[in-house]
Amino acid sequence: MPMSEGEVFEKVKETLVEALGVDDDEVTPEAKISADLGAESIDYLDITFRLEKAFAIKIPRGELVPEQLLSDPTYVRSGRLTAEGLEELKKRMTHADLTEFEKDPEVGKIMDLFTVQTIVNYVMGKVAA
Amino acid sequence: MRWIWIDRFTEFVPQRRAVAIKNVSLAEEHLHDHWEAYPIMPTSLMIEGMAQTAGILVGQARGFREKVILAKVAKAEVREIVTPGDQITYRAEIENLTPEAASTRGEVLKNGELIGEIDLIFSHIDRNLAGVEFPEENFVFTGQFERLVAPLLEGTDG
Repeated sequence: MPMSEGEVFEKVKETLVEALGVDDDEVTPEAKISADLGAESIDYLDITFRLEKAFAIKIPRGELVPEQLLSDPTYVRSGRLTAEGLEELKKRMTHADLTEFEKDPEVGKIMDLFTVQTIVNYVMGKVAA
Repeated sequence: MRWIWIDRFTEFVPQRRAVAIKNVSLAEEHLHDHWEAYPIMPTSLMIEGMAQTAGILVGQARGFREKVILAKVAKAEVREIVTPGDQITYRAEIENLTPEAASTRGEVLKNGELIGEIDLIFSHIDRNLAGVEFPEENFVFTGQFERLVAPLLEGTDG
C-alpha cells in the first residue's frame, strides 16, 4: 500500500531530527532546511543517505539538490539564474514551489527552496514511482 | 607524539568493515593533562580513533587515491569512561560509498564490552575537484596508515 503524505512527513521529520539535531516541533512543512533548521552543505549528504535508508529509495546525485546546475555559466549569470537556468531548475525540481524564487532568481536564495515540504514532495514522487 | 590513535587492525574486509584496537597506556602524555589526578581517555580522541579506523576503510575502498576527510560526526555516544590499562576496540562498517562521499557506522568496545556508537560521514576532497593543490603533508594517507593496514591486505585484491 502506498504511503500517505502524513506518513512520509513523519518519517522525513524523524530523519531531519536525527540528521540536524533539531527539535520535533521545529520541523514544520514550511521550515527551510538551511535557514530555519541550520543545515550546512554536508548535512544534505547526510539527509540524502538517511532518506535512502528510511524509505528504501535511491537518490541519484543532483536529483534532490541540483548543485551542478549552479556551476554552469549557461544557467547562472551575475549571481542570478538565467531564463534557461530557471527553466532547467523547474524541470529538475518539480518537487519545489518556485513561485517566490522566480520573481528574483538570485543564486544565494536557492537554498530557501528546500523546505521540509520540498523533501516530502520529492519522497512522495519516489515512493509512488 | 604521532597522530595515530589505533594500534593495530584485527580485521579488514575491503569495502565492508574493519576492526581496530587501541591499548590505552599511562605512558601517553595527553592522559596526564586529562586529568592529572584521574586520567581518562578523552572521548574526542575515541572519535578520532574511529575516524582513523573508518577513514582507512573508506580510503582503501578507492585504492587510497582519494583524500578522505572527516566531514561530520553524525552520532557519537560513549557511555563509559576508559582509563589506562583498558583496551578499546573500534568496529567500523561502510554504510554508503559514493564517488564524492561515504558514511560509516561504528561501535566502540571497552575490554570487549559495547560502550558506544560513533557514526561518521567522510568527504572525498579531490585535488581536481577543489582546484587547490594540497601540500604533501596534508595528505590523509601517509605511509604510516597504509603500513598499518598492509598486513591484513596481503593476499587480497586491496
